Amino acid sequence: MSKKEFIWNRKHLIGLRELSREEIEYILDTAQAFEQISTRSVKKAPTLRGKVVVNLFFEDSTRTRNSFSLAANRLSADVIEFTQKSSSVSKGETLLDTARNLEAMGIDIVVIRHSAGGAPKFLSRNINACVVNAGDGFCEHPTQGLLDTYTIRKIKGSLEGLKIAIVGDIAHSRVARSDIYAMTKLGAEVILVGPPTLMPAKVNQLPVQVSYSLDAVIGEVDVINMLRIQFERMGSNPFPSIKEYSHYFGLTVERMKKAKKGILVMHPGPINRGVEVESEVADGPNSVILQQVTNGLAVRMAVLFLVNQAAMAKE
Amino acid sequence: MAKNILIKNGFVIDPANNINQKANVYIVDGKIAEVGKIEPQADIVLDAAGKLVLPGLIDIHVHFREPGDEEEETIASGSAAAVAGGFTSVVCMPNTDPPIDDATSVEYIHRMGRQARRTHIYVMGAITKGRAGEQLSEMGFMLQAGAVGFTDDGSGVQNTAVMLRAMKYASMFKNVVISQHCQDNSLAGAGVMNSGYNSTVLGLPGIDPLAEEMMLWRDIQLVRKTNIRYHVQHVSTAKAIELIRQAKEDCLPITCEAAPHHLLLTDDACRDYDTNYKVNPPLRTEKDIEAIKQAIKDGIIDALASDHAPHLKSEKELEFLAAPFGIASLECALGLYIKALIEPKIIDWPQLVSIMSERPAKIIGVDKGTLGKGKQADITIIDPNSEYTVDVNKFRSKSKNCPYDGWKLKGKVEYTIVGGEIRYSAREI
Repeated sequence: MSKKEFIWNRKHLIGLRELSREEIEYILDTAQAFEQISTRSVKKAPTLRGKVVVNLFFEDSTRTRNSFSLAANRLSADVIEFTQKSSSVSKGETLLDTARNLEAMGIDIVVIRHSAGGAPKFLSRNINACVVNAGDGFCEHPTQGLLDTYTIRKIKGSLEGLKIAIVGDIAHSRVARSDIYAMTKLGAEVILVGPPTLMPAKVNQLPVQVSYSLDAVIGEVDVINMLRIQFERMGSNPFPSIKEYSHYFGLTVERMKKAKKGILVMHPGPINRGVEVESEVADGPNSVILQQVTNGLAVRMAVLFLVNQAAMAKE
Repeated sequence: MAKNILIKNGFVIDPANNINQKANVYIVDGKIAEVGKIEPQADIVLDAAGKLVLPGLIDIHVHFREPGDEEEETIASGSAAAVAGGFTSVVCMPNTDPPIDDATSVEYIHRMGRQARRTHIYVMGAITKGRAGEQLSEMGFMLQAGAVGFTDDGSGVQNTAVMLRAMKYASMFKNVVISQHCQDNSLAGAGVMNSGYNSTVLGLPGIDPLAEEMMLWRDIQLVRKTNIRYHVQHVSTAKAIELIRQAKEDCLPITCEAAPHHLLLTDDACRDYDTNYKVNPPLRTEKDIEAIKQAIKDGIIDALASDHAPHLKSEKELEFLAAPFGIASLECALGLYIKALIEPKIIDWPQLVSIMSERPAKIIGVDKGTLGKGKQADITIIDPNSEYTVDVNKFRSKSKNCPYDGWKLKGKVEYTIVGGEIRYSAREI
């Protein structure tokens, strides 16, 4: 599988903050091997045959859920979709009860998305199955962080010394947090860009630089990751209007003229065309947005494979 | 007919009467008859050699959940916890369901307290009807029924005009105190922990210290205008301490309290999403702890109060975002204060006793907190040195949401005497 001698021993993937550089690289190397499966005519490996993966999604999601389902299917696992629209504070079955019920059905891996930061960690403390975080509140979205890092590494060869801008709503972004942890551990320099109202508390204690001007950083970065503006969070009115936001922080054709030649344009999707990124840029030669989606599949296969392997080793 | 009690050979600390020496205490008819080198005949003789004999401890901030949430705590179970913790008087907060916002409810709390027959039960009434922050509650009638102050605790009165009106109105009553849980909700938002680096990496909405400081600053301006007695509940930030310090220098009639968790725990404790550390005001930083301890040393803090906030296990076994705020700590509060303040020599025993008994009594305007001749015999006898381990399963409280489970503490309570009756003894267990 991998040339490196390394034992992956985590049966849960909760976040990238707790992972070492070696662990992150090990997942990426494993993903590289899995990427080839998708190019075969028979796109399936028997790795997780007889295992049950449940997609436990408490928040709306199409692409991440489908990506995990497809990844599990490609590894021959049985997949249960458990979608429950509920806010963490609404009455009804508690997360703990839901998890215990699933466990009673004999599942092996839980892929969880939840609106509450910490829900996957809470789950991992209370059940025996493997837990994979598919996004918790604005804490982490580790597989997104991994697939972003994977995409950059694949094209640029390495992240060492690269300058990477992450633009937008950093405060409420789990993607930004996972990106920061993974990318800085692999040697990149991360610059967060957005209005002060969308920066988290004590942002300067993260291993990043902060800029309030996209124009000031666009010329010096090798990668730019444009976060999605989540309109559902805009109730708190962190900026006056979409128009003004796009004016300062939108990636326009005009702004791209000032960018480095080989700049990679990324977006975790789904795009608000004309808000974060102009269509011409999203569909342009520097865009790697669809490659991110493709790579996501390989990364998620690698993660499912690794946590299962660690769980079996512990038995 | 109450039995006469002689407490022998103990070390008596009674700051109100400047007593800090070995002495015997004689209780007749439920009252302090004498403190000194005396050895009269008594029905009951308690040997307190090696123990501290203190004026009964007073906790001016507890939540006993009755009426409405009796599965979490009742006045009976809370009272049993109180005497086990050495407290001879407690003040129940009015944020029950329904809230304590009229005279009938105040009387109900008192009645349940009398029936429980453990600790003295006092209660603060709500400032506004239903704690909704809009219309003034019947403060006069509640005072007549025995309420010892007013607060909308659980939340602060958000509307400045309403708060001003409440203070103005209350100022026509003698010596009344208005107490506030300082938190500007527009700043606190949906926050569940201190706003800072930890909230950022945990991905949880934070409560900016400014939320506390802004309301406190506002209220201080209202106190300047109305000159009413004002009490700051569970102060948690360094800047809030500075505001109080300044207000006291300006001779405003302001008092404040500190809770044990704001002396011993920081927001680092939230890192595993353990909901036993979810409390409001939230756990802050080392810098805030230092400021509060310094304020205690300087005499700026008038009272220590547990903010005992019991919750069911099933309520706390939720995501950090969804679980309720609160820590149950009444039964180990004394040990926590000893750990935070006596062991590191921040204050000495007479100072600790003063802010756990004499000064809290003054805040709520009751004739307690002293072993003076003729006073009601509320006495706490503790062993200052023997160590015990906190075990939530042995709590008399109905709830176990206590992050100190397993901690080793000093200051084991030996006897709690309330109105001349032994209401708790370590021996009976």
